[in-house]
Amino acid sequence: MRYSGLKVITQGLFGNKGWGPVWRDPAPKGEYDAIIIGGGGHGLSTAYYLAKNHGLTNIAVLEKGYIGSGNVGRNTTIVRANYFLPGNSEFYSHSLKLWEGLEAELNYNVMHSQRGLINLFHSDGQRDAFVRRGNAMINQGDDAILLDREGVRQHLPYLDFEQTRFPIYGGLLHPRGGTARHDAVAWGYARGADQRGVDLIQNCEVTGIDIEGGRVVGVQTTRGSIRARKVGMVVAGRSGQVAAMAGMRLPIESHVLQAFVTEGLKPCIDHVVSFGMGHFYISQSDKGGLVFGGDIDFYASYASRGNLPMVEHVMEAGMTLMPMIGRAKVLRSWGGIMDMTPDGSPIIDKTPVDGLFIDAGWNYGGFKAVPASGWCMAHLMATGESHAVARRFRLDRFKTGHLLDEEGTGSQHNLH
Amino acid sequence: MRIEGKGRVDRLAPVRFRFDGVEYRGFEGDTLASALLANGVRLVGRSFKYHRPRGVMTAGSEEPNALVEVIDGRQQTPNVRATVQEIYEGLEAKSQNRWPSLKYDVLAVNDLASRFLTAGFYYKTFMWPRKFWERIYEPLIRRAAGLGSLSGRHDEAEYEKAFAFCDLLVIGAGPAGLMAALQAARAGADVILADEAAQMGGRLLADSAEIDGKPAQDWVAEVLAELEAAPNVRLMRRTTVTGAYDGGTFGALERVGLHLAARPDLPRECFWRIVAGQAVLAAGAQERMIAFEGNDRPGIMTASSLRTYLNQYGVAAGKRVTIFANNDDARQTARDLMAAGVTVVAIIDARPDASVAEDCPVYTGAEVIGTTGRHGLTGITFRYHGGEVQLATDCLGVSGGWNPLVHLTCHMNGRPQWDGALAAFVPQAGAVPGLHVAGAAAGVFSLGHCLAHGAEVAAAALAVLGHKVAPIAVPQADEAGYDIMPVWEVKGSRRAWLDFANDVTTKDVRQAAQEGFASVEHMKRYTTQGMAPDQGKNSNIGALAVLADATGRGIAQTGVTTYRPPFSPVSIAAIGAGGRAEGFAPQRFMTSHSASVERGAPMIEAGLWYRPSYFPRPGEVTWRQACDREVAMVRSAVGVCDVSTLGKIDIQGRDAARFLDLVYTNVFSTLPIGRVRYGLMLRADGHVLDDGTTARLAENHYVMTTTTAAAGLVMRHLEFVAQAYCAGWEVRFISVTEQWAQFAVAGPMAKTLIDTLTQADLPFMGCALVQLGDVTARLFRISFSGEQGYEIAVPARYGEALFRDLLARAETLGGGPYGMEALNVLRIEKGFITHSEIHGRITAFDIGMAKMISAKKDCIGKGAALRPGLLEGREQLVGLRPVNDAMISAGAHLFAPGAEVKRENDQGYVTSVCYSPTLGGYLGLAFLQDGRARHGEMVRLVDHLRGIDLLCEVSDPVFYDKEGGLLRG
Amino acid sequence: MRITCPLCGPRDRREFYYYGSEDYLTQPALGDFDAIDAHLHLRDNLAGEVRDLWYHEMGCAAWLLVTRNTVTHKISDVVQVAGGGVGILAKMKPEEGAL
Repeated sequence: MRYSGLKVITQGLFGNKGWGPVWRDPAPKGEYDAIIIGGGGHGLSTAYYLAKNHGLTNIAVLEKGYIGSGNVGRNTTIVRANYFLPGNSEFYSHSLKLWEGLEAELNYNVMHSQRGLINLFHSDGQRDAFVRRGNAMINQGDDAILLDREGVRQHLPYLDFEQTRFPIYGGLLHPRGGTARHDAVAWGYARGADQRGVDLIQNCEVTGIDIEGGRVVGVQTTRGSIRARKVGMVVAGRSGQVAAMAGMRLPIESHVLQAFVTEGLKPCIDHVVSFGMGHFYISQSDKGGLVFGGDIDFYASYASRGNLPMVEHVMEAGMTLMPMIGRAKVLRSWGGIMDMTPDGSPIIDKTPVDGLFIDAGWNYGGFKAVPASGWCMAHLMATGESHAVARRFRLDRFKTGHLLDEEGTGSQHNLH
Repeated sequence: MRIEGKGRVDRLAPVRFRFDGVEYRGFEGDTLASALLANGVRLVGRSFKYHRPRGVMTAGSEEPNALVEVIDGRQQTPNVRATVQEIYEGLEAKSQNRWPSLKYDVLAVNDLASRFLTAGFYYKTFMWPRKFWERIYEPLIRRAAGLGSLSGRHDEAEYEKAFAFCDLLVIGAGPAGLMAALQAARAGADVILADEAAQMGGRLLADSAEIDGKPAQDWVAEVLAELEAAPNVRLMRRTTVTGAYDGGTFGALERVGLHLAARPDLPRECFWRIVAGQAVLAAGAQERMIAFEGNDRPGIMTASSLRTYLNQYGVAAGKRVTIFANNDDARQTARDLMAAGVTVVAIIDARPDASVAEDCPVYTGAEVIGTTGRHGLTGITFRYHGGEVQLATDCLGVSGGWNPLVHLTCHMNGRPQWDGALAAFVPQAGAVPGLHVAGAAAGVFSLGHCLAHGAEVAAAALAVLGHKVAPIAVPQADEAGYDIMPVWEVKGSRRAWLDFANDVTTKDVRQAAQEGFASVEHMKRYTTQGMAPDQGKNSNIGALAVLADATGRGIAQTGVTTYRPPFSPVSIAAIGAGGRAEGFAPQRFMTSHSASVERGAPMIEAGLWYRPSYFPRPGEVTWRQACDREVAMVRSAVGVCDVSTLGKIDIQGRDAARFLDLVYTNVFSTLPIGRVRYGLMLRADGHVLDDGTTARLAENHYVMTTTTAAAGLVMRHLEFVAQAYCAGWEVRFISVTEQWAQFAVAGPMAKTLIDTLTQADLPFMGCALVQLGDVTARLFRISFSGEQGYEIAVPARYGEALFRDLLARAETLGGGPYGMEALNVLRIEKGFITHSEIHGRITAFDIGMAKMISAKKDCIGKGAALRPGLLEGREQLVGLRPVNDAMISAGAHLFAPGAEVKRENDQGYVTSVCYSPTLGGYLGLAFLQDGRARHGEMVRLVDHLRGIDLLCEVSDPVFYDKEGGLLRG
Repeated sequence: MRITCPLCGPRDRREFYYYGSEDYLTQPALGDFDAIDAHLHLRDNLAGEVRDLWYHEMGCAAWLLVTRNTVTHKISDVVQVAGGGVGILAKMKPEEGAL
């Protein structure tokens, strides 16, 4: 069914009885041309682009819970292309271009809102680092504007410019940065994949990966064994466990990242604001809740929940930067499991097992990557070759030293 | 309407307050909700989406409707629960999410279009034309959405945070909680009893129950008196335990000043971190609504809240009250109301076999199917024996049963279990380690059983801690069972509300199921049910029951969404208390701070430290004038600079030398006593961690300096290497950064100055202990400026005196102090690196120091540094000078002249620039591909952000005194 | 989260710095890139009991090897890294370990 304003009106007039299921609920077949393990944003977009760009439609997405039950439905919804290292730069740039056409592509309103992202800086040294970044963004063909203190004040008059511990020197404005409605991205890709014939199989946990003579031949699941000559592992947060089924040890450690949303408020924050000194970022959703977060809790965890030290740190950062939010009340906190790589950049690559591919290691930046990750993973699975914008996301780059360390903190999983 | 003789409010203490500009009177002890109901105010808010009229629905923190803004001066607090906010003299509140007024709200037009605004409608439209989303649709949606407003002004009020520790934390002071606290108190345990309400007693304050044959409230008073008197018990009123965390840690919010007119001596709120050996959750249960057509009108409330308003506040919420229920408990509401002289029009009991023996008409097997009244209930229609009956009534008390408040037991991923007999979810045992559940929260619903259970559970919790517990006597109370017939919705053709705040109806849930959003999480996300300020407390169970019905699954199989902290919303200011303004991070000051401020130096942040930017002289208008002068001063005479922020680590022991050889790339064991060496340290991954000088003061005694930024990192690194890899080595070290004040003295007159202080003829890179009067100082001949230079260190208590003394001596020689700006220019002229260059992605090879990695020994990071990706195709450190000495900028990127400016052609970037008064032009340090082979070539420097695009000549990074004659001389 | 330091007793998590897996305790040989990769990067990353390195940075500066479940966060043992260290298990009452 094609969605439109007219359809909403005609359905409304007839009691909304005609809305059909957004996706089918098929039973798994015995064999597919390709299997995607993981029905999150990345897995669904991989399936979508495999079908759309490469005509591969006899494929299945296997999801152990419900579609979009992982981090795609638990994040701070920020979409941006403000990386500066070659490798990341072109990839996120490509992703942002896909975002900009996503509603039309999917016929689904993912509410991509380019309200502008401002990264604040608080010293001359930080300014120079952001200028390097901004210039890299422009060299890549994206946008960036350097704001001085007064420039920041014009955009964000509610910040504390007088007393804050780390005075605001200025900011880097990325006008095309913004947010999107996270669940809608998963649902839109799921619907698009389903319409192209992809089987989305929920409540189907993969329990084993079948390998014969060094190549993948299928998977074992809680709903039976399924054969396939191509299998993609797209399970960020759980990558280590799924890869272990294929005998692999990954350069990944799982950590918990908390985020927070307040009760609904009338509009008060129009941009996405990022406060690096406090590792704090915030935006306001269309429903009015302030959506914000900070750093990971700094210990390996699969608990999808966090502890108070980081909760308090995030709120303290909010209070020093923009004390006007003090009386907003935190409605809900949650924790997502992050695949943390040693350099903070992702992996989209073949594995030592023929036919087995991996898309992993999104650290806490996976949401904005959903379109390009699927695009590139689909390209890799269909052609056997890395896509041009993802060729540096190699699995062996840590061993060879070809690192993509945007933060410069080094090979330590918890520092990115 | 106030009922004489009822309630615990103080009738002798009237309180005036305002709501939407109208003044009302209530009494001390009233909440805003009870006082408004007493004044006959029924319309208090508007719903989120359809802007439907809404009234008070509950009497607790779960309230979904009566959310108001409380105004104090120029500040306001949005989404305040009128049911929790106590009134005080002068309280000013106003309704929210309406325009122009509560009664006439323009956006109520949404309600007329509701058939088009059902679950998920926005995903299907607003897509064309593409540009309209940000420009038109989204701003409209944003303005219509949201509830209350922030003032937009800084919240300058006081908030606090605190830690507390106890043996047993009891959460909730109802019958089970009081018994638990009493049991623990008498066992001698250290007890904290926390309760959300202003008065302890829980439902015992709201019900007309008896304990041991006397009014329950008397029993409460006796127990509280004993607990108050016990030295081992702390009672925390107005304190909501908001979250369960690891290690027996709980978060709790205390409303310290919110029930009082603004008091400067009190914080508004305090956020507690309570660490408990064990805990008892006695949070009770919450009554739930039933979904039926038009169940959202003002005047439709939970049956138990009618009882609370009557018994606790002396308020009848209506004149002609009707009850609609599926269980026995609601009967007590009817009886209490009738006993107080309020007309109960009818009891509509959904159970066909329920008793009809009441002093009012009882309709069994009946259900409400419709309501009337735009701004407040005027009547209902119910189905009875196949017919429809209409009643005029202004208040409908609804009871769909009770939900145990299991939330805290789910904060560590525990899942509640479905109990079919109670028609409710009950806690999973052991879901939070050390948290035991008692009373109604555990599904124990009769008063008598709650009392016994509270004591029993506390005894079990204390036994875990090793306390010897003598069980206390349990008082007598009603032990009647709880009879319920599940009724979740009364099906009809029109809208029946589940989530009152977010306007989610049973139709929305069914539509979600119809569209394939059949998982309870999908339903929640698609309909937004449970995302309003009440966090779904009033709607979760009903919504999943409707979903279970729509999908043909059972309730247990459908399951619940995850309950996450906080239990009820907590202000950012409370959890972030202390973070405001300078409180966010520690401030570190050097001993010279006052002396620098006296001289007018702007102090800038350097990590946590404050350092002087420059020292302005009269007549200087810009920082550059001061900076250029200070640079010239150092190059021509002598300058003094406080460098105490550099990390200093004292290293001692027989294996100290061996240890330094392990952590530094170069060799320190060969360093003679009385000498200093520059060292490079790598991270385990082979990149440069830090650089600095280390002096050997004695055979087994070294002093290491680190950069300001990396002082903590290096200390942590050294401890790790020593403890993990150096078992049995005799080496110990300690940070002495704050114990020593250290000053650089640099310039051609440096030696002249030092000679006026002490007799020490140090060679370049020499060090010695020297006497300054009675003080033993450390003198190092090192330089970060390229000039002849010394650093002199004294115990920190002498720092300020020495700084002032050095300045005075320097000034007699034509010198003076210099700040960070000049320091930076001096080091760039000399090609010295800082963390602008060693920014974490840099190797020794990149900065031309590969030779500093000793070939004779291994060191931390050496193996990783030899990976091929860290050796080939790297950008290398170079110097840049622009043609025509034009301005250049850090952060600019480099391209081959003639190449198109795009990412694919990027050859490097500029890390540091300065104007060099010494050389008369701008200088830059940069990383450039194959840079060391390109000295003398031109590159194109492009800074789009600042509009700079010019050619530069590539050079060695050392611009000044390449041979180093000056600093040695 | 609270960690019982063998030297200082039970302390809030915020006194400690987390480093990561005990894999960091190996010392790879020069030139053995596989060993370096295992030391720095490759992780079992178990959902279950793991042994991780923590540093009592705001306390006694001891590096600790903490046995902790990554699913429940339950800490079952803490030992000092230096010299193989003394654990806390022997000193604890059984139920303290549950918290």
